[in-house]
Amino acid sequence: MSAPSPKPLLLKGARLVDPSQGLDAVGDLLVVDGKVAAIGGTIAGPDDARVVNCAGQVVAPGMIDVHVHLREPGREDVETVASGAHAAAAGGFTGVCAMPNTKPVTDNQATVGFVKRQGEAAGFARVYPYGAISLGMQGETLAEFGEMVAAGAVAVSDDGRPVENSHLMRTALEYSQTFGIPVVEHCEVMALAEGGSMNEGIVSARLGLKGIPAEAEEIDVARCILLAKLTGGHVHLCHLSTKGSVDLVRWGKDQGVNVTAEVCSHHISLTEDAVEGFNTNAKMNPPLRTQRDVEALQAGLKDGTIDLLVTDHAPHHYDEKEREFADAPNGIVGLETALGVNITWLVETGILTIPQLVDRMACLPAKVFHLPGGTLAKGSLADITVFDPRREWVVDPSKFKSKGRNTPYGGRQLRGLATCTIVGGRVVHELTD
Amino acid sequence: MSQTTNVVLNARAVARTISRMADEILELNDGSDNLIIVGVQRRGVQIAERLAEVIREREGAEIPRGALDITLYRDDLQTVGPRPVVGQTHLPSALEGKVVVIVDDVLYTGRTIRAALDELADFGRPARIMLAVLVDRGGRELPIHADVVGKRLDVPRGGRVDVLVPSLDQRDEVVLLGAST
Amino acid sequence: MSGSLLGKDLLGLAGLSREQITTILDVAEPLKEISERKIKKVPTLRGMTVVNLFFEPSTRTRISFEFAEKRMSADTVNVASSGSSVSKGETLVDTARNLEAMRIDMVVVRHAGSGAARFLAERIESNVINAGDGTCEHPTQGLLDLLTLRDKLGSLEGKRVCICGDVLHSRVARSNIWGLQAMGAEVAVCGPRSLLPGAVREMGTGVQVFDRIEAAIEWADALNILRLQLERMHGGYIPSLREYNRVFGVTRARLERAPRDIIILHPGPMNRGVEIDSDVADGPHSVILNQVTNGVAVRMAVLYLLAGGRAALADAAKQGGAA
Repeated sequence: MSAPSPKPLLLKGARLVDPSQGLDAVGDLLVVDGKVAAIGGTIAGPDDARVVNCAGQVVAPGMIDVHVHLREPGREDVETVASGAHAAAAGGFTGVCAMPNTKPVTDNQATVGFVKRQGEAAGFARVYPYGAISLGMQGETLAEFGEMVAAGAVAVSDDGRPVENSHLMRTALEYSQTFGIPVVEHCEVMALAEGGSMNEGIVSARLGLKGIPAEAEEIDVARCILLAKLTGGHVHLCHLSTKGSVDLVRWGKDQGVNVTAEVCSHHISLTEDAVEGFNTNAKMNPPLRTQRDVEALQAGLKDGTIDLLVTDHAPHHYDEKEREFADAPNGIVGLETALGVNITWLVETGILTIPQLVDRMACLPAKVFHLPGGTLAKGSLADITVFDPRREWVVDPSKFKSKGRNTPYGGRQLRGLATCTIVGGRVVHELTD
Repeated sequence: MSQTTNVVLNARAVARTISRMADEILELNDGSDNLIIVGVQRRGVQIAERLAEVIREREGAEIPRGALDITLYRDDLQTVGPRPVVGQTHLPSALEGKVVVIVDDVLYTGRTIRAALDELADFGRPARIMLAVLVDRGGRELPIHADVVGKRLDVPRGGRVDVLVPSLDQRDEVVLLGAST
Repeated sequence: MSGSLLGKDLLGLAGLSREQITTILDVAEPLKEISERKIKKVPTLRGMTVVNLFFEPSTRTRISFEFAEKRMSADTVNVASSGSSVSKGETLVDTARNLEAMRIDMVVVRHAGSGAARFLAERIESNVINAGDGTCEHPTQGLLDLLTLRDKLGSLEGKRVCICGDVLHSRVARSNIWGLQAMGAEVAVCGPRSLLPGAVREMGTGVQVFDRIEAAIEWADALNILRLQLERMHGGYIPSLREYNRVFGVTRARLERAPRDIIILHPGPMNRGVEIDSDVADGPHSVILNQVTNGVAVRMAVLYLLAGGRAALADAAKQGGAA
């Protein structure tokens, strides 16, 4: 950041939660020159420090969402790197990883560099670009992992589509090890999912919509785990949505395979019943499944089978979602509701404690993707999320910082809201009320 | 406001009135040739039955009978909305050259009979149409006139005339419900 | 703004009560007579404008609706368009709003997308009648099937009706399931498993599955035989039409082994020799032509029950201007 060094920040009286240090205690935190200068106990900051009263708030390492779609380049009408990074900051995130299914596809160093610079210029949450696995995401030839990583890519993915060719997936898993990056797969067997627009089950049978069976995801999950086992590469599985997928990942980890997994906030909170009435704001891929799947995903988060929480933030234009169900595009926004949804459905219900939630939203994303942050240890980068875990609020999509309004949570009351987001010691978002 | 119920015609009076109405019909028509008696659903059909029975006793002739349901011909669909129960409509033969006697229980605004005339017109062109009603309570909103009237009644404001028939109401009488303070 | 019995629209039979369905059938019954008259017209819907908005080609359903509308003296406009809104330029929303701006009273819509009728109904004030949306519902077909069955069987309570064929892709099947269950009938399906929804047994209050047509014939009071579409073969759901007929075809020989007289229904058009043999379709147990006749009466009943009760419109008419 080229801006001059911000004033020192003194966060007072917060519940300091940092799983990376095993810390969960009330105390102060001092930020000087963009770094954590001191943490814990009572701190008397320098005179020119801005003091923020954090009584009743949680201060945690900055949350990082490793699965968002920022739509730039190509669809700046629905989101830009800047508006997306702003939405992330408003949601409490200090970093996001931007998927490469842009137009043109982010499959080369020029586009990777462009996305990275757009993020830096915006000055909200940090933006870490993904590079595509294959050129044009066509699933035929490898993109230049080395060049993309050198330009700032932190991982590779063809998200939106699976890598159907197993030989290509194998090669990607082998080649990625040269650069120490994860290969991130959107798990789907296209032949089973083709034409489907929601989970295959009793609701799809009733509504007369073609369904996508759980096995369409699970078969690819199994394949990826086995290829990771074969190659020793790191495969990270996107947006798990079924009990079977959780069971398979658990098996893979037991076998010592280098597999990690993520789950979206909507998949641990909503079921296929949300589609009732052909609500296109409940349409995404993979689709919302059954209560049994929700419970298995929640359990998987709790026992560590699933490492991270993400949003798969996917803004769409109002006109595009205002269509017959089968024709509407997949995806919902999530950055500005994630914390509230996660606290309401995971913490309030006793499935995760606050430190466990912070681990899965901040520490583990940094660890799994080798990103800076994820800790508040003295001397570390001052990427900090301050949030009120008890604050109740009603979701109003018209107030989103994101250009997208496509959320199924509109009008719902959630508990938990970010009050202040700090990136490199600068406040990039704070609540005024 | 309480309601007073006044039996205007009891069963025997109804029978006498119907008897006289049958005679009038035969007189107007100069006999029973070419007569068709068509009752308006629902109670008009019952009255029509009884008229035909009297005529059978008098003349020994079996008069063909029909029924008309005018629900679909009402002029108030837009204001009142559809009435779910639509009764049967059937007519015994072609109407050309026939004298059709439309029979209804109460003649009031005249709109029901207008609708019945419209409906009959869709079936054919009788030589003559007559109207016979058990009760004429006045209050016409259209220039409709009954050829044969059983009883003329003055109905006070807020009041109502009900013709009750055995098959539908388990009673056989004409009652006047008047609103009084 | 609407007939109070059904609300503003008829989008499907799911969620209709036995009372509502019975009323529709009871209203349709006396309306049959109108089609037997020399002058096949009643003035009931005079002055109302009905648009038949068909995004999927259809001859029989559209004609049936057109007869129903014209026999009730409504003004009919046919709009035929093909393909989804995405490919054809004008979105469904815009089409709907344009129609509304022309002050139409009712829209009868057929569309390839499940949920399209509801989509339209939520966005325009006119009454919407679903003439078939994707694989979701075809309520007037369901109703005419119920009326035809009721004519033959008396009450539907406890009667056994088996729907045969491609239930997975059939909106007729779904409407029939909801309607029959609401009327207290027992419902079963019979067809290749690849053409039945995985969750079929749990649909509504429960559906039985027969894997062989002989078992269905043994059980049923009536068979509703669905048309097998050629695309199913291209989609790899069944190997051939020949095999389908050999295993599932309703033939006279199979029917003769039935323990009772089974009523045969088919929504049409028929693939003679595939799902149904000609001597069955034209035979004594077939009520297929009755279905067609009843279709007009049922559609008249639906139009009638949705219409009227529009005080605002009536007031405006009295003032001599358009609403």
